[in-house]
Amino acid sequence: MSYVHSIGEYFLMIKGVFGRMTKRSVLKELIFKEIDELIIGSLGIVAFISFFIGGVVAIQTALNLNNPLIPKTLIAFAARQSIILEFAPTFISIIMAGKVGSFITSSIGSMRVTEQIDALEVMGINSLNYLIFPKIIAMLTYPFVIAISMFLGIIGAYAAAVFGGFVGNDLFLTGLQDGFEGFHIVYAFIKTFIFAMILATIPAYHGYYMKGGALEVGHASTTAFVWTSVVLIITNYIVTQLLLS
Amino acid sequence: MIEIKNLHKGFGGEEILKGIDYVFETGKTNLVIGQSGSGKSVLLKCMLGLFKPEEGTIEYDGTAYSSFTDEEQRELRKEVGMLFQGGALFDSMTVEENVMFPLRMFTKQRKRELKTRVAEVLKRVNLDGNENKYPAEISGGMQKRVAIARAIVNKPKYLFCDEPNSGLDPTTATIIDKLIQELTRENNITTVIITHDMNSVLEIGENIAFLKDGVLAWKGDKSQIFKTEDKTVTDFVYSSDLFKKVRDAQLKGY
Ligand SMILES: Nc1ncnc2c1ncn2[C@@H]1O[C@H](COP(=O)(O)OP(=O)(O)O)[C@@H](O)[C@H]1O
Ligand SMILES: [Mg+2]
Repeated sequence: MSYVHSIGEYFLMIKGVFGRMTKRSVLKELIFKEIDELIIGSLGIVAFISFFIGGVVAIQTALNLNNPLIPKTLIAFAARQSIILEFAPTFISIIMAGKVGSFITSSIGSMRVTEQIDALEVMGINSLNYLIFPKIIAMLTYPFVIAISMFLGIIGAYAAAVFGGFVGNDLFLTGLQDGFEGFHIVYAFIKTFIFAMILATIPAYHGYYMKGGALEVGHASTTAFVWTSVVLIITNYIVTQLLLS
Repeated sequence: MIEIKNLHKGFGGEEILKGIDYVFETGKTNLVIGQSGSGKSVLLKCMLGLFKPEEGTIEYDGTAYSSFTDEEQRELRKEVGMLFQGGALFDSMTVEENVMFPLRMFTKQRKRELKTRVAEVLKRVNLDGNENKYPAEISGGMQKRVAIARAIVNKPKYLFCDEPNSGLDPTTATIIDKLIQELTRENNITTVIITHDMNSVLEIGENIAFLKDGVLAWKGDKSQIFKTEDKTVTDFVYSSDLFKKVRDAQLKGY
């Protein structure tokens, strides 16, 4: 019953976010600040993880290629497919649910417990729009993060496979182009876009409607991470069913 | 002047405010006192329009709040300053940005005009020179003064304060109380102060409304409250030993 209530409250929140708009010049500033904090601030960790996981995927594939009938081009092919289809969009989004998500929940949540949100409302400002709209707009640039993750994941795979001596440069590049389907990229970015909206709004919901004090802010961040991950995974399943099968 | 008439407000069947009538006068510090849980904050939130009363009216200078359109309510909010219990400063902004915030939101002035006004108000609360500090870098008393500056920067006609000196040492609390009283007089503001601090009552209790169990149990001013025989009031006022001793000393004629 309370889930139904929360879901209803979540959609009312979204409606409120797109309600009365904050003054344009202020909003613009807020959006740039959010892009800096949510997107630019995440590039480092995303680059680091992508490069090394890409490498590991390549090594794992190479180590499991014992059958001489299977061509070595499979290393690059498998790395490309897993990075583009799942690793970059989904796995990185789960990481972002931890990094960006908990930041959003705790920053909005601490504004709630210290009455900063009430202060906005008393001034006659639509606090949902002021706080959450800039985050949603900033997250529209999230596909760039995933594009970088894809690129660095493949570079990582190349480095591990070629410099690690598992496969030659030419075979790797051939494998990389094997059976390439443009629609896979489209699929990956459609889900990335949906994930971006989930990453911006579910943590915001948990922060905005939290009750209590500083201790509860930490609790809300954890709950937000769990729910964001669950919704990401379920959405991933549904989108994959709809678009690929 | 803010007049409330027959105000009722409850939550889930439990009535918190049971029909309150009171007039908050302009240019004076109007104190609402009472124990924790007596409904002071609920009363304040009804007046601010954050809660909708089940019955009764709240009139701002003769016009009922409920008769305002959404647009008029927003216009009214620009005339309202609110000092929150913890200050509620935006901690991602500097002192100057905090005080400038209502001006940026609601006026079309240029940056230089805004800065001039902010400097003027910060000077008034004795905080000039702290423009570029963040709330976390200044003391609790200074945060309260920044919050006061932010509440009055847009020249409000109405000022609401929820326990303005909770969490402050007695000296700082007195400074804050006096500052609110001076600003009220200088700018002819209708000021409503929620408190359970008897020191504030003694310092700035120009009008006092005593809430108990959701009703207005007593009203008067600071000279009357220490003389009244009304038991509900004396139980509250003399719940502290210090005030008991002061009274006993007075009775003995010291
Ligand atoms: N939003 C709310 N929902 C339900 N009950 C509330 C709400 N706000 C206040 N109350 C109840 O109203 C009563 C008075 O609270 P309040 O006005 O905060 O007291 P105080 O005089 O200490 O400020 C309390 O019993 C409180 O539990
Ligand atoms: Mg209270």
